[in-house]
Amino acid sequence: MFEAVSFYLFAFLVIVSFWIAVTTSQALYALTALAAGMILISGFYFTLGADFLGAIQIIVYSGAVLALYAFGMMFFDTTRNVKEKNPNKLIVGTLAVLATVLTLAIVAAPLVSQNIVAFYPSVESVGNTQQVGVVLFTKYLVPFEVAAVMLLVAMIAGIVLAGKKMDVSLTKLGEDEIEKHEAQELN
Amino acid sequence: MEITLNHYLALATILFGIGLYGVMRRKNLLMLFFATEILLNSVNIGFAAISHYYGDLTGQMFAFFVIAIAASEVAVGLGLLIVWYKRHNSIDLDEMSLMRG
Repeated sequence: MFEAVSFYLFAFLVIVSFWIAVTTSQALYALTALAAGMILISGFYFTLGADFLGAIQIIVYSGAVLALYAFGMMFFDTTRNVKEKNPNKLIVGTLAVLATVLTLAIVAAPLVSQNIVAFYPSVESVGNTQQVGVVLFTKYLVPFEVAAVMLLVAMIAGIVLAGKKMDVSLTKLGEDEIEKHEAQELN
Repeated sequence: MEITLNHYLALATILFGIGLYGVMRRKNLLMLFFATEILLNSVNIGFAAISHYYGDLTGQMFAFFVIAIAASEVAVGLGLLIVWYKRHNSIDLDEMSLMRG
């Protein structure tokens, strides 16, 4: 009973906030609605017994990712209304629904079969975080390390891309002046 | 009133549809990034639900890797967006459809 109540409550709130995030013309509203939706999604994870995933969702998404987006919003000066030339809503909506149903059919088709066995069955007596740790550091050790390297690469890429020439405004320079700057830096 | 796997899959489908609608509708690149985050999150809900109902931890593992990929996507994407904004003073998708370099 309580599971049903929490499911429907969180589902309604998440759908509403994500709908606001994709339809509003104010960047600040979109960011706030996205943050609310991200935090509310972690409610599903806690209901599903994936405690560690819920904590990661709050820390990484609501903490790191949305802080980055907030930084981006300040940088891009999107506090004014976002002007967008909107395509035909009916066509876009129909395409979105069709593509979603197709994706669901492709992804969920294996679930129809009955002979699904758990590769790494969860153990009742151990907490979720401990189970996740054991599986992550045994069966998924190599993907874990690759993900770590990928995050390092992304961090360096972010620093190089965003931190380069913070002192000059590239928008006010012509193409040849930018190239002159780049040539100067190489020497 | 028992919540089954299909409830969660239906919710993930609805959220995926919302995200897809946003990706197709948005012309501001920052807003487009918001919509891609919604797509990734909806898939994560599906993974966690399957992980719970089949008693298997693989779904949660995939959700972790999806979160890691989303974080690096944001870092690189915002870096590129900043470079573009510095040079062109606009992050509108229609204005970068011309391949002039």
